[in-house]
Amino acid sequence: MSALLEVRDLSVRFGDSRVVAGVDFEIEPGECLAIVGESGSGKSVTARSILGLAGTGARVQASVLRFDTTNLLDASPRRLRGLRGREIGFVSQGALVALDPLLPVGREVADTLRIHTSLTPRQRQTRVVELLAEAGVPEPGLRAAQRPDELSGGLRQRAVIASAVAMRPRLLIADEPTTALDTTVQAGILELLDRLRADGTAILLISHDLAVVSRLASRIAVMEQGRIVETGATAQVLQAPRHPYTRRLIAAVPTDRPRGSRLTVAPVAPAVEVPHDVVLEARGLVRRFGSRTAADDVSFTLERGRTLGVVGESGSGKTTVARLVLGLEHPDAGDVRLLGEPWSSARERDRRVRRPRIGAIYQDALSSFDPRLTVGQILADALSGGRSRRADVSELLLQVGLDPSLARRRPRFLSGGQQQRVAIARAIAPRPDILVCDEPVSSLDVSVQAQVLDLLDDLQRSHGLSYLFITHDLGVVRHMSDDVLVMRDGRVLESGATETVFSAPRQDYTRALIDAAPRIG
Amino acid sequence: MAAALIGEAPPRTRKRRRWLPWLLLRLGGVVFVLWAVATVTFFAIRLIPGDPAEAILGGPGSQTSAAALAQVRAAYGLDQPLFLQYLHYLGRLVVGDLGRSYALHDSVIGVIAQNLGGTLLLAVVSLIAASLIALALAAWSTRGGRAAASIGSLLEVVAAAVPHFWLAISLILLFSSFLGWLPPVSVPGPLGLVLPVLTLALPLSGFLGQVMRESMLDAMASPFVLSARARGESESEVFWLHALRHAAIPAIGLAGWAFGTLISGAVVVETIFARPGLGRSLLSAVQQRDVPLVIGVVIGVALAYMLVTTLTDLADRIVDPRLREDAR
Repeated sequence: MSALLEVRDLSVRFGDSRVVAGVDFEIEPGECLAIVGESGSGKSVTARSILGLAGTGARVQASVLRFDTTNLLDASPRRLRGLRGREIGFVSQGALVALDPLLPVGREVADTLRIHTSLTPRQRQTRVVELLAEAGVPEPGLRAAQRPDELSGGLRQRAVIASAVAMRPRLLIADEPTTALDTTVQAGILELLDRLRADGTAILLISHDLAVVSRLASRIAVMEQGRIVETGATAQVLQAPRHPYTRRLIAAVPTDRPRGSRLTVAPVAPAVEVPHDVVLEARGLVRRFGSRTAADDVSFTLERGRTLGVVGESGSGKTTVARLVLGLEHPDAGDVRLLGEPWSSARERDRRVRRPRIGAIYQDALSSFDPRLTVGQILADALSGGRSRRADVSELLLQVGLDPSLARRRPRFLSGGQQQRVAIARAIAPRPDILVCDEPVSSLDVSVQAQVLDLLDDLQRSHGLSYLFITHDLGVVRHMSDDVLVMRDGRVLESGATETVFSAPRQDYTRALIDAAPRIG
Repeated sequence: MAAALIGEAPPRTRKRRRWLPWLLLRLGGVVFVLWAVATVTFFAIRLIPGDPAEAILGGPGSQTSAAALAQVRAAYGLDQPLFLQYLHYLGRLVVGDLGRSYALHDSVIGVIAQNLGGTLLLAVVSLIAASLIALALAAWSTRGGRAAASIGSLLEVVAAAVPHFWLAISLILLFSSFLGWLPPVSVPGPLGLVLPVLTLALPLSGFLGQVMRESMLDAMASPFVLSARARGESESEVFWLHALRHAAIPAIGLAGWAFGTLISGAVVVETIFARPGLGRSLLSAVQQRDVPLVIGVVIGVALAYMLVTTLTDLADRIVDPRLREDAR
């Protein structure tokens, strides 16, 4: 066999729990293999085992774990360190935290060169600038001297990749390389990786999102609970999936799935009849922060029982609009009307009694909870200031598809999807007319995202809720909204019925966003 | 070429100009704190019962005539209303005159100058020793596995909880009386410094070790350390290049506070080891109701304390570049 990397019967244990069991795969030079699975499926540990970095307390076993001619299981720590960075590059999970916040990014790229070459510091600097430029970092000389917090997420990830490929490794392991990045940035990173692959680098790509890997991978291995349940050529796995888990992952991708269709197999909730009155109206909203205009002449209306999607990249002003609508921020010009009455211009004292009419859920559900309260206390508090009965809390948990026994748990012991469900339960507890959803599924796995999106859809149908749905993900917004607002630099670039905007975008920017949305095939 | 490019990064030059307002604000703060310290001390020491004139003439026990007392009161301005005395005192303070010690019959500045060196030496050496002990403890307990972590944390808690006077006496008993290695009182020279420094440094290293270990563990578990290892960095490179800097940040933040505890600890340590210094001068000045000396020492310590916190802030900015942005 000429495979560059060969893995046979790999298993990894932490104490008594086996997180990877009997995993087989191999990668040829210039090939991209994707391992796809949900959080906790063991895919990251598999990737790190190849580097000998599975973690403290990990017991790694395999019948074969071979890179080129090296048996990785028997290799000395020194030999492994020589491989890492030189022969095997690694792009770690969490693009935003993979660089030391205290060091200039150029130093981390130079670090790879320092370890594996005898270049002088000056030569390293020159090479760093070249590498950053190759990775698509504009003004590389300037950027090299900046620290991660001075760079955007996309630039940080490009710097991480530059550091990983500095020695032209023959194998690149990329663990969720585009998670938490804007869609167009994600597309750029995937293109960069594909260029490296075309130059002969073998790539092991790890992701929870089948749509992301479908652009890059020639073969896909689907991993569930530590085992590979299906392997095959990308087209075959995506078009004729054999395993039910694979089918579930494919169904969960929202891109190009019409409004109202299901992403999971759960039954559809019955709809209620609602009047078509305007519940929320924004006229000419302007909000400035210093010299920056975060929202510039933003207008829209939202009818009862409908969803208005607000889409744009980081810094486009989406969240400012959400805060203006929630009455957390006062507009410099323009106004918001709630249920036909003045809202942004009302005094806070008068606004407070009407606040239950409008609820909100956020990307990071966990940090929106008081960590000392149990789920039950959080919901009881939202229902009626803590005076509600336990039965009401149970009823609320059932509505969002959670077991009532979770009421005794604290939010940080729940999964990400469960936490977001609790946040939704809290938001609907006072029976609001409107729910502002600010990136509610952005940090969730695609399969969990599908469940939460279906839940939001059900609640809208059964409660007649109106959603202001904010996201950077075009696929999600198209699946969820009746109407859409495309924002850029604080301005509304384009708006209208979702299908019209998506099928015939008037602006190049909108078209670029639509093309960048992750879709299968 | 590349190096020149990096050196000329425009955001850097813009940042530098923000240092001036920051420095001015800082100086304003120093003046305000000095005034507040002087005022509070001036009035607080009057609350101690007794007559300062008696203190000037040799303490409460001495048999002094009413005429002599009146003469001293007039000479020192003690017969004037308190508020007027306060204004006179502030006026002298502005021109840097701290007055003369009642008990030592010498200028306060002179007394402080004589004793400051010894105390500063003690405090600085103790601070360095405490940081090194804390760092060694933190490094050992983060890299040595679970058992080392438990032992390390136990040692830190015990060290942090030990009172200075008890530790001082125990060290004297062990190293002087029993082993006979070190002198029980502070003789001049490095040997005499060992026990006082250990007394001050050990409890402090417990505190510093706790925060250092915490942030070191955080750093070692972070994704950027995984990236560094995946680049081929060895364990010691990871430690020196990444973990150490992250561990230093909270420790530097605490250094200002630590210096304060060292000065107050110096009162005890200098007394026990019969070591000349500001701490011992302060104690005897309070006992003898030597108002100018008490105020002088307190102002001196406040000044030193503010100097140290400014220095630690600067050090913080060097180690943690994220802080430079909001230099105000």
